[in-house]
Amino acid sequence: MSGLDAIAVKVEGFAAGDAANAIPLLHEIRHALLRLAETGEPTTIDLSAIPFGPGDRDKLFEALGEGEVSASVDALGETRVNETRYPGVWVVHHNSPTGDELVTHIEVTRLPSMLTTPEEDLGEAAAQLAADLDTDSTDNS
Amino acid sequence: MKDDLTLGERLRQRGVSRRGFLKYCATTASMMALPPSMIPAIAASLEKAKRPSVIWLSFQECTGCTESLTRSHAPTVESLIFDHISLDYHHTLQAAAGDGAEHAREEAMKGNWGKYLLVVDGSIPTGENGNYSTIAGISNLAMLEEVAEGAAAIVAVGTCAAYGGLPMANPNPTGAKSVSDLVSGKPILNVPGCPPIPTVISGVLAHYLTFGTLPELDALGRPKAFYGQNIHDRCYRRPFYERGEFAETFDDEGAKKGWCLYKLGCKGPTTYNACATAKWNEGTSWPVESGHGCIGCSEPNFWDAGPFYQALSVPTGDAGNTLLSAAAAGVAAGVAVGFLNKRNKAQAAEAHEQVSADDLSKD
Repeated sequence: MSGLDAIAVKVEGFAAGDAANAIPLLHEIRHALLRLAETGEPTTIDLSAIPFGPGDRDKLFEALGEGEVSASVDALGETRVNETRYPGVWVVHHNSPTGDELVTHIEVTRLPSMLTTPEEDLGEAAAQLAADLDTDSTDNS
Repeated sequence: MKDDLTLGERLRQRGVSRRGFLKYCATTASMMALPPSMIPAIAASLEKAKRPSVIWLSFQECTGCTESLTRSHAPTVESLIFDHISLDYHHTLQAAAGDGAEHAREEAMKGNWGKYLLVVDGSIPTGENGNYSTIAGISNLAMLEEVAEGAAAIVAVGTCAAYGGLPMANPNPTGAKSVSDLVSGKPILNVPGCPPIPTVISGVLAHYLTFGTLPELDALGRPKAFYGQNIHDRCYRRPFYERGEFAETFDDEGAKKGWCLYKLGCKGPTTYNACATAKWNEGTSWPVESGHGCIGCSEPNFWDAGPFYQALSVPTGDAGNTLLSAAAAGVAAGVAVGFLNKRNKAQAAEAHEQVSADDLSKD
């Protein structure tokens, strides 16, 4: 990146508590958790659609914190999937191959979609493993 | 030479896994401002999407819209979308020039008649028989008429193509007109903004690619997904407006504290765009967050709607209906600081809707 990063940016006097979208979002997450517990219905929230003021997003992630699970998926760039301190609430950061942020989701679910193995891959995997085992046995004989 | 692979097939051919495809669909959904619950439907649709031919005509423009699009901050998705659409003609991005380029355009038109997507940026000058702007000796006006005839749909990118833009500013020396002023009988989608936010442009193209149709439009022909709410309603400084905390100059205490910029001419209340949520420069910031009021660049006639630094509540001499209706709604809020009850808000919304409908009848 350019030397622009070396220029310190100080946000003067903006009390982050003033324009907080973090609190309402946390309530939305709370409702989603209740729904998940009662009906099993998952919820995904796209953070790109939320108007965040400076510092708001950080406040949200700070409030959610870190839980037991932290996973990295390598598909079209890195996707980081972390469970927050509230089980069932996951933050999914999708990044491009060059490391730019694509989209960030908050998933309220038992297992985020990116971590689940796609069903169509299973049949192919079985066939592939069979083929690899066959090749091995022909080599040995 | 076009192949007939669907997008799904093409991605797998390039070694994109199903998880990668899911991520691609999640990004596309976000780009199209669709809820995450639609991701499975998008995935199913993109699996089957064929490769559309796209012809991009640049007329009386500054190339800012193309610049904006090529700065779109989702490079993976961009390259995949642009690899998948067949961008058969684009002055800035194509390698060909001269007769070869024009020939490519004609071939694309012939081979995809009735099915190609026409994208236009820049206004169309109509003065002097349209000869203020020509390409290969053909006036913009004539080229638009010719290419529009075989297009499945037309996307007018940027305020110039959508509403005439800066070239139309008083006294409009070139007789500049918008695409919808000149073309009828074809679905036209306006993506205004000076320039439009990059992900809005690509989001619209992604929608077309995914569903083969244009998204739902408002009264001014803009996709509701991106232009359905005004800046004021999504602005993070709204609480300051409600409390009557305004910056009076660009360097006073209020300005430093990030207070509302209404008094410094912000046109947020009458402007519909996605700047407050999508932001600019890879989500870095946007005019209001950087301390400058919105200039309303995605609205018709923003160039002649009065000074940029005069509050909406102050009527201007020659601005016409647009500003006066907005002023009528804004007076209560501007003069009685912080006083805006629900009734005034409803009236403001109503006033805006009426103005928008009137604006559609061109003068």
